Amino acid sequence: MYQYDQTDHTLTRERVTEYRDQVSRRLDGNISEDDFRPLRLKNGLYMQLHAYMLRVGIPYGMMSSDQLRMLAYIGRKYDKGYGHFTTRQNLQYNWPTLEDTPDILENLASVEMNAIQTSGNVNRNVTSDPLAGVAPDELEDPRPYAEIIRQFLTLHPEFSWLPRKFKVAITGAEDDRAAINVHDIGLKLLKNEAGETGFRVLVGGGLGRSPFIGKVIREFLPKDDLIRYIQAILRVYNMEGRRDNMFKARIKILVHELGIEKFASLVEEEFQASEEDVLFLGQAEEDRIKAFFAAPDYADLSDDSPEVIEMSSGNEAFAQWLERNVLAHKQAGYSIVNLSLKPLGGVPGDITSDQMDAVAGLADTFSFGQIRATHRQNLVLADVAKKDLPSLWQELVDLNLATPNLDRISDIICCPGMDYCSLATARSIPIAKRLSERFADLDTLLNIGEIRLNISGCINACGHHHVGHIGILGVEKNGEEFYQITLGGSSSEDADIGQIIGPAFSSEDIIDAVEKLVGIYISNREDDERFLDTYRRLGKAVFKEALYDAA
Amino acid sequence: MTLLKNGEIVEDTWRNLADDEDISGEESIIVSLDRWQNEPDKFNGRNGALGIRLESHQKPDAIADDVERFDLIALDFPVLPDGRAFSHGRLLRERYGFKGELRAVGKVIQDQLYFMQRCGFDAVELSEGEDVAKSIAALNAFTVAYQPAADDIIPAYKTRHDA
Repeated sequence: MYQYDQTDHTLTRERVTEYRDQVSRRLDGNISEDDFRPLRLKNGLYMQLHAYMLRVGIPYGMMSSDQLRMLAYIGRKYDKGYGHFTTRQNLQYNWPTLEDTPDILENLASVEMNAIQTSGNVNRNVTSDPLAGVAPDELEDPRPYAEIIRQFLTLHPEFSWLPRKFKVAITGAEDDRAAINVHDIGLKLLKNEAGETGFRVLVGGGLGRSPFIGKVIREFLPKDDLIRYIQAILRVYNMEGRRDNMFKARIKILVHELGIEKFASLVEEEFQASEEDVLFLGQAEEDRIKAFFAAPDYADLSDDSPEVIEMSSGNEAFAQWLERNVLAHKQAGYSIVNLSLKPLGGVPGDITSDQMDAVAGLADTFSFGQIRATHRQNLVLADVAKKDLPSLWQELVDLNLATPNLDRISDIICCPGMDYCSLATARSIPIAKRLSERFADLDTLLNIGEIRLNISGCINACGHHHVGHIGILGVEKNGEEFYQITLGGSSSEDADIGQIIGPAFSSEDIIDAVEKLVGIYISNREDDERFLDTYRRLGKAVFKEALYDAA
Repeated sequence: MTLLKNGEIVEDTWRNLADDEDISGEESIIVSLDRWQNEPDKFNGRNGALGIRLESHQKPDAIADDVERFDLIALDFPVLPDGRAFSHGRLLRERYGFKGELRAVGKVIQDQLYFMQRCGFDAVELSEGEDVAKSIAALNAFTVAYQPAADDIIPAYKTRHDA
């Protein structure tokens, strides 16, 4: 993975120094909260319902074991012994004090991490495929380009006061695990007919109050034009994006209001006028960054592992985990292992400091010392030798990280909701917990097949309910929590915004309603059709009728 | 109000002219874009330096062909979150070739100064209450940068490979 050089270290430390001074001015009363708010946000610090929340950036989800140990240490020393992985591959702490935050950032800097631009109206963490570099369906590793973009957009002097937040996601695989269709800029690596590498560029996707699927602005952007083109998009957005209404300030609204053709022509004009030589990264820098993502030193192993065969035959729990949470690797003899942060009755994405330390150790032993965070709030050990799977599984079971529910109905994306968040209108975590308990029976869970269930505690949609196969949105009506169901959404290559199925359900009834939907699917599915495919084949009416008529 | 130019406290010799004020005389005046667009010929042959002030919604392409007529361009930052003038500053310097004083006015606090400088501003009118010494120091808050802008800092992707 990428390692800081002197420049990266200097910039990160100078940022900590700047932030420490900003905090001390706030504590001394020398800066108003109004002025301080955007400054702290640009350093990842939110004010939540009960306390500050600090979001740590994990560029495209990649962590070393030492970094994860530091995250564990910070959780123990400055928080309540845990952290929470987000949908954008970051980690957040729910209980830091303002006074401690400069020291936390200094600790992070010591392991080449920071919280720069993890919040506020700036370029956020560049996210990517958590299986980058190891997935069999990958054309090219997107991480070097993610790192190039990360650097280009870090402390960008022109784009640090954008109309609203700005999120870039990039994938290099056929199967879109980075949700590029619902990002401000989505990039997909591809090759043109001449065999040259470039990107399909999407713009204006996003969730929130007004969900949009991103629109293609460039079918093929040569890789050497990457930062120059991104600058052009951001400059047009910075100058033209709405500043009169924060709910209409995202680039998706600008693209929608202008139309993609008009927006694209503005970007193209700006792109052509910009200075090609200055905004050209150069082969030497591209090569330098790519070298950090070279494949690890794999052993020469066979895909047939006697250890795995033996363990599978006598141990159903291992076999279930193997079938569900372990994925094919492009290297013979290796597997990709998903660590579920969705245990029975747990808070999706939460992890204790003790678990973090243990996972760091497992990464050192089994996976070249690296860990990845996923968009769906789980972790990945990406390079595990097949022969080690039985030993690793045993350790993960002991850590409660082996629930075999990847992409199953209890693998829920969930925002913090009203348990933490000042924007939320309803709680989301208790719904996730109860759903996970309702579908606790493993045979049932596995029989249901793939379902992406996403829960948001308000219309801002941090839990991505619009793009869940089943989406749940918490709303407040007369002081009571209600939950609205959307169906048919997806954030993958078949991306779509889910449709509201009908009137909302009470907190009490929502779990039954989901179970009923699953029942409708099971009795109608053909072969091994996914829930999403059955829904799309049959249409909304069939599900709506069955859901409400029988109620 | 403290005016910093190139990192030093200087006396402000300019005056903002209201749209109904007379432009004769030899003092250094800053006029609105409306004034300039409505009666550009009136400024021909005027003695005294001329400046123009753009609001944050007024894009600099409106004066792209006129920049050599101005000794000063003031760009307004009406509120802290409004960052349009960062782009405007770069365009004036890098695309339209403006060489005179580029001044940030409006809501200007020490935490923006480094970025303003990078976007081509050589002068800033500090907001009331800003600590002047800290503001001057903030111009050097960072010694490295990842991207090129309107200043002469060379981005890391170039410096890393300079022989």
